[in-house]
Amino acid sequence: MKLTEIVKSCNLQLVCGEKSLNRDVSGGYVSDLLSDVMANCKKDDIWLTLQIHPNIVAVAKLKEIAGIIIINGRKPEAETTKKANAEGLPVMTSDLPAFELAGRLYNMGIHGTH
Amino acid sequence: MLKCFRADLHIHTCLSPCADLTMSPKRIINTGLVKKLDIIAVCDHNSAENVHAALNASRNTRLTVIAGMEITSAEEVHVIALFATYDAVHALQELVYENLTAGENDEALFGAQIIVNASDEIEGYNKRLLIGATSLPIKRIVDEIHRLGGLAIASHIDREAYSIIGQLGFIPDDLELDALEISSSTTIAAAIERFPQIKKYTLISSSDAHYLDDIGKATTQFTIEKPTLEELRKAFRDVGGRRVVAQA
Repeated sequence: MKLTEIVKSCNLQLVCGEKSLNRDVSGGYVSDLLSDVMANCKKDDIWLTLQIHPNIVAVAKLKEIAGIIIINGRKPEAETTKKANAEGLPVMTSDLPAFELAGRLYNMGIHGTH
Repeated sequence: MLKCFRADLHIHTCLSPCADLTMSPKRIINTGLVKKLDIIAVCDHNSAENVHAALNASRNTRLTVIAGMEITSAEEVHVIALFATYDAVHALQELVYENLTAGENDEALFGAQIIVNASDEIEGYNKRLLIGATSLPIKRIVDEIHRLGGLAIASHIDREAYSIIGQLGFIPDDLELDALEISSSTTIAAAIERFPQIKKYTLISSSDAHYLDDIGKATTQFTIEKPTLEELRKAFRDVGGRRVVAQA
């Protein structure tokens, strides 16, 4: 599934990374412990987190994550947006809590194990 | 002239909800003396309300108490702040209180938060949710600590919970930490092997004591002129032959 479809269906606000929205998403991961994301998130996953620190960009690039969705109406730190922009990494925000958003993504066919 | 001082720079008092009720300033200082420590720092979670009592209780003993606090950042990273004066830690406490999770402490769930005086008498109870986190990003906390003349040390970086590496995956390059703390559950060598990134930082080891028995369980030996914050700062920066040797 393309990121564009996810943005549209889940009513996400796009912060940056517009040019990479045609990227394919093959799975999903939810975690706020970045060490855990580094250990367990897979390539092309969509990652749901409440962390807004600039390190989320580096972790997403390292793991070749398709995009980050910041949940609960939180906004990324300015430095995070700047870095994600420079990397062309899609960062989106949602007003929904992680559980609700993960459920919607699951119903759309995005699973945690793939 | 440089001398050796044994320090345990991370000790909680009975003000921290998770610390034992016996962790009162006088008892902590007596235990520190028995364990042959020269310097301790009192660092409660998001509060410094027992620092004054600890400083007073250490008068006329050979133990130096450093004013400290362990702050929880917005990313839920624990950071130790050490200061030369009570006023400085008090100033940081004001900022922390303004930005702490709203709500009252539930003693049954989290434990009591006891404020005591230098004679170990109960003065009152802190009602704030000290177990909570502040809304302050870690960078802001480190910058504020420095603005107030203090030292910023990332707590127990080898642990998964509430550590900078656990929460943020790695230590951001733009964070001006004065040192990293290795917990008593590992060794410096093992920590460096696991996290090669930490090699470029000054490493210390502290007990993070919540119980009297844990005081001095991990210490750091400072080769400095005298037991002051300024000397610790110089040691962290390798000034004039001063040395820092963690003894986890």
